[in-house]
Amino acid sequence: MSELTIADAPTYDNRVAFAEELADLARADERIVAVCNDSVGSSNLVAFKREFPDRLVNVGIAEQNMVGVGAGLAAAGLVPFVCAAAPFLTGRALEQIKADVAYSQHPVILCGMSPGMAYGELGPTHHSVEDLSWLRPLPGLDIVVPADRRQTRLAVRHAAMHPRATFIRVGRHKVPDVTTDDDVLARGKFLLQRPGGDVTVIATGTMVARALDAADRLEVNGVSARVLNAAYIAPLDIDAITAAARQTRAIVTVEEANVAGGLGAAVASVVSQLETGARVPMRILGLHEFAPTGSTDLLFEYFELTAPRIADAARQLLGP
Amino acid sequence: MLIVDEAQVAEWRELRERVCAAGPDEQVDLLRGQARRIRRSIIEMIDAAGQGHIGGDLSVTDILTTLYGAVLRIDPADPHRRDRDRLILSKGHCAAALYSSLAFAGYFSPSELGTFMSPFSALNGHPNRTKVPGVETNTGPLGHGLPVGVGEAKGAKILRADYRVFVVLGDGEMQEGSNWEALMSAAQHRLDNLTAVIDRNRLQQGARTEDTNGLDPLDERLAAFGWEVRIIDGHDHLQLLDGFAPSTTGRPVAVIANTVKGKGVSFMEDRVEWHHKVPDPDQVRAALDELAATA
Repeated sequence: MSELTIADAPTYDNRVAFAEELADLARADERIVAVCNDSVGSSNLVAFKREFPDRLVNVGIAEQNMVGVGAGLAAAGLVPFVCAAAPFLTGRALEQIKADVAYSQHPVILCGMSPGMAYGELGPTHHSVEDLSWLRPLPGLDIVVPADRRQTRLAVRHAAMHPRATFIRVGRHKVPDVTTDDDVLARGKFLLQRPGGDVTVIATGTMVARALDAADRLEVNGVSARVLNAAYIAPLDIDAITAAARQTRAIVTVEEANVAGGLGAAVASVVSQLETGARVPMRILGLHEFAPTGSTDLLFEYFELTAPRIADAARQLLGP
Repeated sequence: MLIVDEAQVAEWRELRERVCAAGPDEQVDLLRGQARRIRRSIIEMIDAAGQGHIGGDLSVTDILTTLYGAVLRIDPADPHRRDRDRLILSKGHCAAALYSSLAFAGYFSPSELGTFMSPFSALNGHPNRTKVPGVETNTGPLGHGLPVGVGEAKGAKILRADYRVFVVLGDGEMQEGSNWEALMSAAQHRLDNLTAVIDRNRLQQGARTEDTNGLDPLDERLAAFGWEVRIIDGHDHLQLLDGFAPSTTGRPVAVIANTVKGKGVSFMEDRVEWHHKVPDPDQVRAALDELAATA
C-alpha cells in the first residue's frame, strides 16, 4: 500500500535509466546498436557513443531515413534502438513506422524520448501527445510506457532480449519510483499498483505516480481506489479493464496525451462492449487542445492532470 | 502459403550456374530469354488480375532479371541465409515483375503467379516479406526502400559481413525527400556495399518526370551527394552486368538505368497511360505475340 509520501518522494529522469540499461545490455550483446537523429545528447547517448562508437548510427536530422535505417539494421540481424524526440520520431516518420517496422515486422525498438509535454514552453510542435493515437492502430507494434526508472530498465531489457517491433515512451521530466523489485513488466498486462473496490484509476507513464497520490487522497475520504499502471498500451490488457469495470463502480483514465485515440479511448472501447451492467461511467483525463504556453507543471494543472483533480474526477463519478 | 517448387529451385540453380559460367555473349542470351519469359508472365498476371502497374513492370524487367539471374548471391532454397545479397524493390507497385523474377528464380512455384491480387493471395499488389519468400521488406509507399537499404548495408559493415545490398527505385520516386536523406547518409557512412538502381523511364503516374518535378541532371546531383554514378542502357544485359559490378571508389554506387516504360510491347512503350492501364483481350494477345516474336 502506498503511503502519503509519494508526493514527496525523490524523483528521477527515466532517460538516465534508459541509457544505463542500454549500455549494460550492449556490453553483453554485440547486436545492440543505437540509431539517432543528431540527438546524442538529448537521447542520453553520450556515454554509449564513447563506449561503442561503431555501434552508434547518427543519421543526422532525417527522421524518415532514421526509421528506415533502423528497419534495415534489424533486417541485418542487429537489435536497433532508434532514439529521437518522440514528437518527431512518431509524427515525421509515421509512415516508416507503419510500413517498414510494423507491417514489415522488422524488430526495431523505437524510443520516443521526452514524450508528452516534457518540453513545456517549447510548445505543441514539441509536445508528443498524439503519438499514442497515431501508433495504437498499427497491428504488430507493441507500445510500452514505463512509469518510473525501474520499469524503464525492464522495458529496455525486455526489448533487447525479445526483439520485436516496439515503441517505448521514455519520459524526461522527473518522476518518483512507483514500482518495486518484485514487480514484473509483463507484455500486454497492466500492473496492479494498488488494490481497491470503489473506483479504478488507470494511468500510464508519468501519470502513475499522480494516480497513486490521488488514491491516497481518496482513501482519506473513505474511497477505495484501485490503481492500474498501464505500462503496456498495446497489446491492451482487456482482462484487467473488464475486471475493473465489473468489480469497481467507475473508471478514470489519466494520460499525458490527447484524449482522441489514446489510453482512455482504448479503455472506453473495451468498456462499451461489456454487458449492460458492467458498462461503468468513465472520465478520460488528458489533452483536448493544443497546449497554451507554460511549463510542464503548469500544463498539468491546466489539463487537470494533478492528483487533486484526478481524485475530484473519481469522486464526481461515484456521486454523493 | 506459397508452394515452393523444389524442381524449380534445382532448375534455377543449374541455370544460374550456366549463366555465371557462360561467356558474355551466351550470358546475355540466357538473360534475354529469361526476361522474355518474365515479360510474358507480367502480361498474363495483369490480364488475370485485371489490375497492375504494367508500364513500370516492363521497364524494370531487365534490371531484375540480370540481378536475380547473374549478380545476386542468393539461395532460393534458404531465403533468409545470413550472407545473402539483398534486393529491395523500392518501387513496390511493380510487384508483378518482382514476383515473376522470384518465381523464376526458384523461391516458389511459377504456378502461384496466377493468384496475383486474387482474394487472400500472398501476392498482394505490393510486396509483403512476411508472406512472400525472397521479399526483403514491405514496400509500396514510395521513398522507403533506400533508407532500409542503407540500414542493411550499414548493418553489414557493423557485422563485418560481405553481402551486398541493391535497391531498385523508380525515377519518379526520386522526388521523395526521404531518398535524399538516405543518399546523404549512405555517402557519409561510405557504404560501398550499397547499389541504388534507378529505373529511369522518365514517366511517372501522371506525366513525364521532367514536366512534373524534374530530376535532371540526375547524374550530377547524385555525384554531388557523394555517390559513384554509372549511366547505362537499362535494357542491355551486358551494360547491366557491368553496371552492377562492385564499387571501385569506396563510395556507394548509383546506377542510372535508362529504360523505356512499357518496354517490349510497342503500343505501350513510352506512353504515360500504360502506368496502370489494363490491356483488353486483343491487346493481351498482341502483347504476347510481340514478346514471342522477338524471341
